Amino acid sequence: MNRRVLVGYASCGIAAGARDVYEELIRILEERDIGIKVDKVGCVGMCHNEPIIEIEDDENKYTYGNLEKSDIESIVEDHIIHGVPLEDKLIQTTDKEYDYFSKQHKIVLRNSGVIDPEDIEEYIERDGYEALKKALDMEPDEIIDEVKDSNLRGRGGAGFPTGLKWQFAKDAKADKKYVICNADEGDPGAFMDRSVLEGDPHAVLEGMTIGAYAIGADEGYIYCRAEYPLAIKRLELGIKEAKKKGFLGDKILGTDFSFDIHVKEGAGAFVCGEETALMHSIEGERGMPRPRPPFPAQQGLFGHPTNINNVETWANIPWIMRNGADKFKDVGTDKSGGTKVFALAGKVKRGGLVEVPIGTTLKEVIFDIGGGIENDKEFKAVQLGGPSGGCLPKKYLDTPVDYETLTKAGAIMGSGGMIVMDEDTCMVNVANYFLDFTQEESCGKCTFCRIGTKRMLEMLISFSEGKGTTEDIEKLKELAYQIKAHSLCGLGQTAPNPVLTTLRYFEDEYTAHLEEGTCPARVCRELITFTITEECIGCTKCSHECPVDAISGKPKEKHVIDQDVCIKCGACEEVCPVNAVEVE
Amino acid sequence: MEEPQIPKESIEKVFDKYEAQPSNLIPLLQESQEEFGYLPRQVMEKISDYLELPVSKIYGVATFYAQFRFEPLGKHMIKFCHGTACHVKAAEAITETIENELGIKTGETTEDGMFTIERVACLGCCSLAPVIMVDGEVHGNLTREKAKKVVEQYREGGE
Repeated sequence: MNRRVLVGYASCGIAAGARDVYEELIRILEERDIGIKVDKVGCVGMCHNEPIIEIEDDENKYTYGNLEKSDIESIVEDHIIHGVPLEDKLIQTTDKEYDYFSKQHKIVLRNSGVIDPEDIEEYIERDGYEALKKALDMEPDEIIDEVKDSNLRGRGGAGFPTGLKWQFAKDAKADKKYVICNADEGDPGAFMDRSVLEGDPHAVLEGMTIGAYAIGADEGYIYCRAEYPLAIKRLELGIKEAKKKGFLGDKILGTDFSFDIHVKEGAGAFVCGEETALMHSIEGERGMPRPRPPFPAQQGLFGHPTNINNVETWANIPWIMRNGADKFKDVGTDKSGGTKVFALAGKVKRGGLVEVPIGTTLKEVIFDIGGGIENDKEFKAVQLGGPSGGCLPKKYLDTPVDYETLTKAGAIMGSGGMIVMDEDTCMVNVANYFLDFTQEESCGKCTFCRIGTKRMLEMLISFSEGKGTTEDIEKLKELAYQIKAHSLCGLGQTAPNPVLTTLRYFEDEYTAHLEEGTCPARVCRELITFTITEECIGCTKCSHECPVDAISGKPKEKHVIDQDVCIKCGACEEVCPVNAVEVE
Repeated sequence: MEEPQIPKESIEKVFDKYEAQPSNLIPLLQESQEEFGYLPRQVMEKISDYLELPVSKIYGVATFYAQFRFEPLGKHMIKFCHGTACHVKAAEAITETIENELGIKTGETTEDGMFTIERVACLGCCSLAPVIMVDGEVHGNLTREKAKKVVEQYREGGE
């Protein structure tokens, strides 16, 4: 019987303790002299269950989650040695699928968590580089037609038809062309691209190589965030291995087509996710956007025609080439084929990486896959598209996730961050948070974006302190529309979105701050007070915890908070064993 | 503060890997920071000579990107994630706790040179929110209590 153990070894798995689990497993296996293959794999997608290991045999696959180092001994003993699965840590088996996966459809993540991303052979075993072989037998135009037919649209957020983009770059007449993979995943709350790069780097490399052949490019760049060291390491290793196998480099697979890929590390500027800014950064300049036209397809990197796509878009290409456009179109909606990967996080029970057919509803993603809201709180909003996107309220839960519908509702598909918010989230605070981010990241080129976002932020901060009038809301809206209209790139054009959607759907929260001087979610510090109720048992935990010594009281007696000293940090509420701290 | 002199050879060692072309400016800055922990003025001047670009240009590019630092760092680097998921899960409380614990504000270095703390936009481990990263290692699902323990662990580790 062939058996194999898979250990989820992406960044979040490691953060959750996968390294300890892995080392313990290896230690015990060696100690007992058990020969079984152990693979470190990419993200399995169930971040809420990390660390995860899976044990696979010819017929079955058993997934264990939420593991501690101390669980490994019994897993080895009971399962690996005696063949009896350990029920209490078992999440799913082949026969009994975990409902987290029931509505998912894996195209982009098909290999993530299944193969060892550092071993090209495992990728090849799963039909890796078959698509490239097939593509090299086709005419470039045939490839572009196939991609056009598939209705694949840019997964970076804007949703531009990929085939058409390729066509523009192919039609440009030049001796030198480039392809770029945008891996500068900057939206706070998004980690889809990181997981794809860490879990299945060759899918991206293969996709880029096919794209380069179709448009006639001989050089490619992957612009990756420096915050993703593991992704960078695996890409560099992947490039080396692919070259050895003849899938990359000079005269690929014996044809006349040559193509090389370089990895460039970003240096921490959100605006570099914008394509012209990104190209400036590769050229060694400040990452500032420039007006278009000329579009990158005519004049891109170093002045040459360039086709730039996002990680997830590239990772779809090999699947489309292997299985055909029609099959891809079968998944998704009439206007956009395939799936979308979302990074589901926030106040949701089961967070992680989720891949669903385009057109799946928000409710299905949040409740059926995500299991609903943590601690049985009330759902308030879901934020899509990060700082460029918007917050949608409960009544939009039946909205299908597709480019048009989400845009109409005021949010955007975006790159795939999906943050769930509950009754304890203040929407004025959320708007404040995103504006703080965008005004910090504005490159400063356009006046409206540079100064306008600053002024908007100042207004929002004063709102959160209960200062301002409802007329100020109108001023805020006016400024928001001006910034959208007078900024050169996507950053400025979309920066006001989080403010506009929270105003559209949660205006009552704004007016509560301004007219009543209250924060309904009890978040904005200027508007809340902490008091200790009669429930207090005098355990003194809160007074020890208080960072500013605002709490006094004798042991076993009721404690009191000095309101003049209290900074409303909430530390006392967190440590109180009897819930005697009240927030109003 | 007077900057310590860096031997010419150790700066030039960094240059060996990169051809003298403008598109290598950012990789050169990254490699230098990796080597020296920050970007000393002296190094930026050397890069300017090497690439035949004005120092003002080097400085202009370096200051544009959040990654680059112009002052030496503490022994341990603590990065507070303030991504959306961390934000809605009270990342601010974690930041405050550690600021209090170390007696410094974000962006500062402790007097004993042990810790530097800074805010980052997102570490991409949203399902483990709230998280911090210490010297490249992510610590997740934090509470105030756990955050203090993490700091303690590095302090005790000494080196």
